[in-house]
Amino acid sequence: MTPIDATGPSGILSRKALTQDQKVVYTRILVILGVVVFWEIAGRFLINPAFLAPPTHVVRALFTTIFASPEIRYAIWLALVEVTIAYALAVVVGIAIGLAVGITEPGRKAMFPIIVMIWVIPNITLLPLFMVVFGLGPVGKIAYAFSGGIFPIMVNVIAGMRNVNQLYVRGTQSMGGSRLDELRHVVFPNMVPSLFTGLRLGMIVTMLGVIASELYVSANGIGYYTRLYSEVYDPAPLFALILTLAVISITLNELVRLAERRFTRWRR
Amino acid sequence: MRAILLNRGIQALFVLLVIAGWMWATEVRGVSRLFLPPLDSVAASFQRLVSSGAFYEALKVTLSTVAQAYAIAVVSGILIGYLVSRSRFSTAVFEPVISGIFAIPLTLFFPLFILFLGVGVSSKIAYAALYSFFPVCLNTIAGLQSVEPRYIQAARSMGASSLEVFRHVQLPAAFPVLVNGLRVSFLICFAAVLGGEVLMSVEGLGRNISQSAESMNTASMYAWIVFVILTAFVLNMVVTFIENRAKEY
Repeated sequence: MTPIDATGPSGILSRKALTQDQKVVYTRILVILGVVVFWEIAGRFLINPAFLAPPTHVVRALFTTIFASPEIRYAIWLALVEVTIAYALAVVVGIAIGLAVGITEPGRKAMFPIIVMIWVIPNITLLPLFMVVFGLGPVGKIAYAFSGGIFPIMVNVIAGMRNVNQLYVRGTQSMGGSRLDELRHVVFPNMVPSLFTGLRLGMIVTMLGVIASELYVSANGIGYYTRLYSEVYDPAPLFALILTLAVISITLNELVRLAERRFTRWRR
Repeated sequence: MRAILLNRGIQALFVLLVIAGWMWATEVRGVSRLFLPPLDSVAASFQRLVSSGAFYEALKVTLSTVAQAYAIAVVSGILIGYLVSRSRFSTAVFEPVISGIFAIPLTLFFPLFILFLGVGVSSKIAYAALYSFFPVCLNTIAGLQSVEPRYIQAARSMGASSLEVFRHVQLPAAFPVLVNGLRVSFLICFAAVLGGEVLMSVEGLGRNISQSAESMNTASMYAWIVFVILTAFVLNMVVTFIENRAKEY
């Protein structure tokens, strides 16, 4: 992704730049491989096996424990469903509130300070509150994740509607455009990049919310298994479970990033 | 100035509205005390935790955890950020790896810290240090990358050592970006410590919230939440103040 330093028009220069890029990628892969090999050696010979499992054992546990157990598969599936529902709610409600607040100047002035004030609160402190009010099941976890994920979306929608170039607005007006034309052709297109930033951050925060509440509740779901494996000092399935969830998180992040690139391409 | 006053006024009005809504829900609608206790019982609970000095112990634990984690994050973040930025090649190799790891919700790794370091303070220090390491490191790299290479060459040609170049050229030039990273990372550090305490710990502010929730002592839970929110506002104000002063300097 790093921009190639193609200062000259000659093909030689760009070919050299390309090999430089390949060198970067190969070095990166080597470094990561080195870390994995070191982890394998440390896990096998150096560190107490009650705490660290080598990658080979983790991969084995992935198939013998995590994917083999219908209960754990169900727990992971449920977490995925929770993320999906919470994110869908955060997107719909966040955009709706963002539009309602951002569409008029007085609305922005009145509501934005309040939204910012609530946003400053470390929302993890409200996690026990959500669990008391909504219970320890999926509803509480969805509600908590939603309450966090909605904020970046709301804030970025409002910010995107605020930073409109007034020249374009006046241009539309002088050409006889209605308020609706102004929104359709000036305000909304201007909002798109900011909206996608919000959608991306919202995904991260929503995922954090589901993970935090899953870990908080140790009576069921993923939190039950993480606590079980730490208490019996069996790190291989614990690492495997965390690895699975990390892969899911990265995939979801990348999906949102892909959508962002797809829908903001016209701006670049 | 007027805009700030207006914002504060709106925020005050909102807080009053929330309080009014709370009283209406508990007094008129009769919402279950288990979910939303009456305001006066929360106030009594809040007064108890302040006057009994219970807040002091918890606040001390949490703030010292934050301080230790933040110190580790800042030192290691700037050091590793500097080492990575030593050459363009190593920046190109490592920067995407570091920002890629930061995109994973690091809360996932919290059970590992509990496994390695136990439920005491040290697991919270390590967890929060890991979390807040990334903004410092990434902003150090971004800041150092933005330094005009000619200045570095000029200093080099005048015989400055690496350390002198860092001290007199790179650090001042990267300072605004770095300060931004330091602020973000402090707020992340505080939230991570609180999060770790809520999830699993034996003491601290977050632990008091989750403990009151577990024992269904909702009034006390709300009192602790209010206390933590006030602490967060104060810390936020202090950090913004320091940031503005640092940027002036």
